[in-house]
Amino acid sequence: MIAAPKPDLVTVNIDGVDISVPKGTNVIEAAKLLQKDVPHYCYHPKLSVAGNCRMCMIEMGTPAFDPATKAPVIDPATGKQKINWIPRPQIGCGTTVSPGLHVKTSSPMVKDAREGVMEFLLINHPLDCPICDQAGECKLQEQATGYGRGYSRFIEEKNVKPKRTQLGPRVTLDDERCILCSRCVRFSKEIANDDVLGFVDRGSYSTLTCHPGKKLENNYSLNTVDICPVGALTSTDFRFKMRVWFLKQTNTVDIESSVGVNAVVWSREGTIYRLTPRRNDEVNDTWMPDSGRILYKQVAATDRLTVVKLNGSDTSLDIALHAAAALLKAGSVSIVGSGRASVEEQFLLKQLATATGAQGHLVARTATGDKLLISADRNPNVRGALVTALISQLPCAELKQLSREIDEGKIKTVVSHGEDLLAAGLTAAQLAKVAVIYIGTHVNATSAAANIILPTLHTFEKAGTFVNQQFRIQKFYAAVPAPQGATNDLVVLAKLVASTGTHPPASEVHALWPAIATAVPALSTMLYKNIPDTGLLLDATPWAGLPFVEGETLHHKPAAPVAAEAARS
Amino acid sequence: MSTPTISPSVNLKPETLARIDEVITHYPVKRSATLPLLHLIQEDAGYISEDAVLWIAQKLELQPINVLEVVTFYPMFRRAPIGRRHIKVCRTLSCALLGGYKTCENFQKEFNTTLSATSPDGEVTVDFVECLASCGTAPVVLIDEILHEKVDAAKVKQISAQIRAEAAARK
Amino acid sequence: MPAPAQHRLIFQHIDEPGYSNDIECYLRNGGYEVLKKAVTQKPEDLREEVKKSGLRGRGGAGFPCGFKWSLVDRKSGKPIYLIVNADESEPGTFKDRYIMHQDPHQLIEGTMISCFANDVKQAYIYIRGEMPEGARILEKAIAEARAKNLVGPNILGTGYSCEIYVHRGAGAYICGEETGLIESLEGKRANPRIKPPYFPAVLGLYQCPTIVNNVETLCHVKHIVQQGGAEYAKIGTPGNTGTRIFCVSGHVQRPGYYEFPAGTVTMGQLLNDVCGGPLPGRTFKAVIPGGSSAKVLRFGERYKGKRKVGTDMVDYDWGVEDVPMDFDSLAMIGSMGGSGGVIVMDDSVNMVEALANINAFYQHESCGQCTPCREGSLWMKKISSRMVHGEARKEDAALLKSVADQIPGRTICAFGEACSWPTQSFLIKFKDEFEGYAEAKKNLPADRLSLV
Repeated sequence: MIAAPKPDLVTVNIDGVDISVPKGTNVIEAAKLLQKDVPHYCYHPKLSVAGNCRMCMIEMGTPAFDPATKAPVIDPATGKQKINWIPRPQIGCGTTVSPGLHVKTSSPMVKDAREGVMEFLLINHPLDCPICDQAGECKLQEQATGYGRGYSRFIEEKNVKPKRTQLGPRVTLDDERCILCSRCVRFSKEIANDDVLGFVDRGSYSTLTCHPGKKLENNYSLNTVDICPVGALTSTDFRFKMRVWFLKQTNTVDIESSVGVNAVVWSREGTIYRLTPRRNDEVNDTWMPDSGRILYKQVAATDRLTVVKLNGSDTSLDIALHAAAALLKAGSVSIVGSGRASVEEQFLLKQLATATGAQGHLVARTATGDKLLISADRNPNVRGALVTALISQLPCAELKQLSREIDEGKIKTVVSHGEDLLAAGLTAAQLAKVAVIYIGTHVNATSAAANIILPTLHTFEKAGTFVNQQFRIQKFYAAVPAPQGATNDLVVLAKLVASTGTHPPASEVHALWPAIATAVPALSTMLYKNIPDTGLLLDATPWAGLPFVEGETLHHKPAAPVAAEAARS
Repeated sequence: MSTPTISPSVNLKPETLARIDEVITHYPVKRSATLPLLHLIQEDAGYISEDAVLWIAQKLELQPINVLEVVTFYPMFRRAPIGRRHIKVCRTLSCALLGGYKTCENFQKEFNTTLSATSPDGEVTVDFVECLASCGTAPVVLIDEILHEKVDAAKVKQISAQIRAEAAARK
Repeated sequence: MPAPAQHRLIFQHIDEPGYSNDIECYLRNGGYEVLKKAVTQKPEDLREEVKKSGLRGRGGAGFPCGFKWSLVDRKSGKPIYLIVNADESEPGTFKDRYIMHQDPHQLIEGTMISCFANDVKQAYIYIRGEMPEGARILEKAIAEARAKNLVGPNILGTGYSCEIYVHRGAGAYICGEETGLIESLEGKRANPRIKPPYFPAVLGLYQCPTIVNNVETLCHVKHIVQQGGAEYAKIGTPGNTGTRIFCVSGHVQRPGYYEFPAGTVTMGQLLNDVCGGPLPGRTFKAVIPGGSSAKVLRFGERYKGKRKVGTDMVDYDWGVEDVPMDFDSLAMIGSMGGSGGVIVMDDSVNMVEALANINAFYQHESCGQCTPCREGSLWMKKISSRMVHGEARKEDAALLKSVADQIPGRTICAFGEACSWPTQSFLIKFKDEFEGYAEAKKNLPADRLSLV
């Protein structure tokens, strides 16, 4: 991997401690590097600077130089260069580091400034905490506790503004709670490219709104809910469902496309309540498409497979696996893996393919990318199949080779790992000619026609890794337990591999990885536990010549022109 | 994205449309013409309608919210029709010190109306405005586009009589 | 000592019988001769003259004009704009109105000279929306000047071109703030910009270097170029050169405009000699010397200290009447020269009610962008309004002061100071009246003049 070029460093002094930070860093970020919290509302690292909340005010000073000689002025008391402290507090978000800048993040002036701003923000704020979804993750609550005065002196009438407006299909707006930080307006304009939000009226009566007739309905509308520091913009889907302090957070990766958006699953006692983005400056910044978030509803869908079946009758897992082993021993097997499966699952499928002399296939899913966080490849892990050598060419949408082989009578058994073969170009007549072992999560036409159904787990119920369009390997973890009747894919696949006479592989991610690192060249240098939460780039040169379908999205510029038309066949 | 709106219609005089096209050439960035267009349309139609907001947005290649933000920020723009004559009384310190509030009250009495409401005969709307920059001749009143200075109780009567006379002459 | 004579430099022709605002009249009185001379000189030399003159901005901040021009980024390759700030909205100020309505060509000549001195090819006059007649007069004057090749392409055959357009505001005081004005000119809400990095001299209109100058300031430029910067600097006093136009309003016998060499007239001379003193049977109680944003002065209080006169440090012990009306003296005694709008209040005025009027103004005009000003101005207005129309409590005085103390220095623009200084100063100077208001209210005449 090529190391990033060393940035120009600037030395500043924060609360008496010198620190060198890259040129262009603002004071809030510089202070964060010293674990110092500078409270703020309107500042967001991925949006333009507005500087209007005035909460990040701190004391600043610059070194004194003699204006005539340009020599440093020395303070006789300390023997060090005198610092000209600016008598008014300055905003941290709007100040970039300059050599010798001195900052005090806590001083009587700073404390007073913060208490003042906090008081001003609260005087017109409605007492909605008991009914507000933001409670528990509300910046106003947190900073009032940390930096506020602690009591109210306001006895006048508070402003009244529209409450619970449906701003769009997924976002609810409460204008009284809005602190006019303008993060949502800047996001809609700068990131989502959908300039629909703005403020009407003036002064303290300013109100956030859409133009009547327009809605906040773009596919990134829920990001405004994430970045809203208060409960003004809230998710309609999540409204009144759960208090956030009861929710467990589990890191995951969005399965919507090969972008591999980093996300977090929020669940309680086995139920998922919502998904939010996780910051990864190399992949998705702090954003996530709305369409990726609702995928959590697949987990509890009514068409989940939860009963092991053999030739249409309910049975136990052991009996079904025994029957499957028999089919595999008979030979002439073909294996259809999935671009939605994890690297570990694809690795075991490859072992199974080797053991049974079968060919590995994948089914492609392509659609136009949105140039932001949804790529043209709607499978999250095609590259995992390449890396594990389950496939060596990019997949097509239709299983033409398999179709031909079935017609020529060369195939007796097809193993499908979660793919609907009938939607991938095979006919019912062809399926009738072969035995089908279906390993998957939801009912479809293929599972209905399968001889053996082995119900397995959804992404949010298991751990594993995906390789995204950047050839970055990223981890996801189990957030909720599986429904009764479903078994972890690795357990099922390991047992199938073992039944072919091969040495039984491990059936759990941690235990399996040493074998993966040994066998897979691209992963030979890593330990599973050392892969950071923001992922690790793999060496992609072995696959450099392949015509990947993805075009440009945030943080991804494909090297060669895209052979989109050819690949999408 | 939202479904495209049908083309909004505003009924403007040809001179107004010509002036609109001319004023847009004054600026290298079209958005700057938002305020001049709002003034021209209000002078022509009397107020800024919902359609006018959409029309301006289309004309200047902006989003409707961009125009709405501006219309609601500046108090001079009206969203609904008002009386035929607009009486704006300054209420800031210098005029208040010399009786501006009384002047406003007197105008309201003369035309049997309340603040910001249109008089029953539709002739007059009385509003307060902030400092009109003529404090030396307080109390000051802006009626349509003419500034009236030193408007004491007597002058209120005089001006009101004149307004009524002009209204009668029009009938 | 009686007041010195007025020096009608800018206001030479205001309210002059027979003087009209057309170009023929202006030319007959020697108009545009200075422009003709200026375009033969080098722009940097003209800028040097303005620097030498010591001219300070007349919009309210008193920022040295020559220094402001020197900050313009002339290396960026972007066009340089000049905007005439004709959004005169500071309560108590009414001088630019007369210049624009009665002597518009003086402004246009001053503007064109300033544009030439700064390589400006496009200028805008941002005039407040409530002066529609003024806008028409200016447009007509520009057309007249264009017809005589004094504005527009190839001015006076020199090859230098500069166009001026009039742009009308629509009722927002915050458009007087230079970055608020720029935002408004760009067609947006007039939200002032954060400085750094958006200093207009570097990143102004359309992110190009921009000069924003007050109407009166640009008129002074014409006179500076006419007589030379050093000669102009002889008018007035060191550090406060040129003439100052005072706009006196409120409780005096003769309110109106008066132009004096800067620093040569005291408050007492201005109010008593020039304006005829208080109304019959009344005494002066308070005066705001520089537009309603300036801190109030209470008649009877004294200001003591040392100040620099020439090279010496001299003691001063002044009453309100003794304060010289210049930027530095007024700043020294805790107020400011500001826009020159002098608002006088006599003993018939209740200070709580006067402050309520001022607070209502600032609350209405706050753009709402930043927290302290937006919420603070509304809170102060609600408190003072409640005191006057509802229940007043003794502790409201301390509360008002405390709220006002949380605003200045914490905001994006100077509106934070503008909206809080009145409250702060009224409460310091008239604390007794605020604390005693709840009681006093019961005995005030019910038919007294309403101020809010």
